[in-house]
Amino acid sequence: MKIINMKWFASAAVLGAALLSGCDIPPQETVQRGYRGTGMEAVYSPEVLADLVAANQVPEAIPAVSSDGPKAGDIYQNVQVLGHLSVGEFTRLMAAITEWVSPEQGCNYCHVAGEGFETDTLYTKKVSRVMIAMTQNANENWGAHVGGAGVTCYTCHRGNNVPEYVWNIGVPPRHASGMVHQMQNVAHQESNAYASLPFDPFTRYLLEDNAARVAGDTALPTGHESTIESTEYVYSLMMHYSDALGVNCTHCHNSRAFAAWDQSNSERVKAWHGQQMVKEMNNAYINPTNQWLPAYRQGALGDAQKVNCATCHQGAYQPLLGANMLADYPNLSRLAPAEEPAAAMEETTEMESASLDNGSTSGEAH
Amino acid sequence: MSMLTFEKKYRVRGGTLLGGDLFDFWIGPFWVGFFGVTTLFFASLGTGLLIYGAAMGPTWNIWQINIAPPDLSYGLGLAPLMEGGLWQIITICATLAFASWAMRQVELSRKLGMGLHIPFAFSFAVLAYVTLVIVRPVLLGAWGHGFPYGILSHLDWVSNVGYQFLHFHYNPAHMIAVTFFFTTAMALSMHGSLILMATDPREGETVKTGEHENTFFRDDIGYSIGALGIHRLGVFVAISAAFWSAVCIVISGPFWTRGWPEWWNWWLELPVWY
Repeated sequence: MKIINMKWFASAAVLGAALLSGCDIPPQETVQRGYRGTGMEAVYSPEVLADLVAANQVPEAIPAVSSDGPKAGDIYQNVQVLGHLSVGEFTRLMAAITEWVSPEQGCNYCHVAGEGFETDTLYTKKVSRVMIAMTQNANENWGAHVGGAGVTCYTCHRGNNVPEYVWNIGVPPRHASGMVHQMQNVAHQESNAYASLPFDPFTRYLLEDNAARVAGDTALPTGHESTIESTEYVYSLMMHYSDALGVNCTHCHNSRAFAAWDQSNSERVKAWHGQQMVKEMNNAYINPTNQWLPAYRQGALGDAQKVNCATCHQGAYQPLLGANMLADYPNLSRLAPAEEPAAAMEETTEMESASLDNGSTSGEAH
Repeated sequence: MSMLTFEKKYRVRGGTLLGGDLFDFWIGPFWVGFFGVTTLFFASLGTGLLIYGAAMGPTWNIWQINIAPPDLSYGLGLAPLMEGGLWQIITICATLAFASWAMRQVELSRKLGMGLHIPFAFSFAVLAYVTLVIVRPVLLGAWGHGFPYGILSHLDWVSNVGYQFLHFHYNPAHMIAVTFFFTTAMALSMHGSLILMATDPREGETVKTGEHENTFFRDDIGYSIGALGIHRLGVFVAISAAFWSAVCIVISGPFWTRGWPEWWNWWLELPVWY
């Protein structure tokens, strides 16, 4: 009898330990996101929050330098997007970028030793030029999304050559030949926060110009039509939004009426602008770099690694929990003025017109 | 109020837990009892406060009346009457009314020399309510985590709390609870139809007995659970539905703070796959 009791006790203890190890133990942190009693709330485990804070510390800024003196474009050759900076600012930014993007490889990640800084031998240098313009463009033209804190290279890179969270156009896993894979029901996909939903919502909504809009805005069916497939794609995209920001659906929505802007939190407006911004980044900046990329920087379909919400946010409702790094690096806050050397303009003009096209089409679509 | 001749036989004194003989009498068909009085008191006060809250609110539309809990900032303290205090008092009234009703069932069971099966089963419904408005809010540290009292508003709360965890259908206890609710409905409908078949024959037919009932299910699925067994099964599936409902909400927040789909990664990350 006693032996049986002991066995029961041991099994119960093991089971109990197993259950608890998969749990967040109370008390938790909670945040109210709507009128009392609506259930619009966020619940955070203090341990998760502590990890988040630790992962979002901003590196110490390099001491500021004067913007006076000769311009980098006049002193150095082939300076296309930072030529309007003073030599001091330019050098300081180069040092910062090295620390943010290639702390291990140093300058030689983009520049070939002994060749001179002006050559565009390495793809990394050409890509970083586009990335700098992308960052400047985000800060100058997308205040509706990044306003207040802005973005720098560090927002995404955090000391990595390639930001930790990037995506490629999805390819189906092995499946029966002659059958179409539904691109869903695949286990362990971070892209949709581990649900069975479609695992590549990004191509449709962060690359192609589709409005993520499937909910009817009337109580009764009045002609609004959305397929179940597109609804699941949007749900998947929203799972990504939530997961990337470490929030839940009620951060933006009152789920009684997902579509109603007047019942949504203002963060939903920010998120909408974010979607448009990311679409522009992927189309006008990321995709054109694909011509230089080596195969190991490309996805299975030969496409460049692209941006989504997690690229900057990395699990925080505001990247770096809202720290304003841009204040320390104002050189990244706007695009280079138009009076650039003619040689430099070819590429940027092309990109700008692409971005304008993108902006206008998305403007019409919504 | 008419009464069947044999009913008087069951109207016996005694069996009370509180109040002794004081409330041990009948008014018409109803036995009063101490807990009958407390039920009536708390139910009336709570309902009266709901109506008062509606009167102070913006609408008399029965669907839209909403008595909301306090802001989270009040924590587990008291809130001003019109900012959630009303909800707090109504919650106390409702809990005491439900508990009184359960105790009234205990007293009646004792009076009649019955087991406590009925109050035991009813307690699971009370447990589910208490879990929603007391246990979970206490575990999360604020009364504001309770659901609001209103026909549409409480449904909106359910929806939003589900979306706090991204996709509530991945909540394992919710899966079990939903399965028990459906099973309860299926078991009751099959049992009900079987009893109607036996006791309410069409004209010209005779009333059937347990042999017909057993034979039907033995021929149909190879097994008949029997006249007693179906009721044991019914109680089990019904209280399990209520129990797992309580579990599924009390673990959401106090014991799991992320999306429910992510919870299943424990399975995918078992060391046996590597």
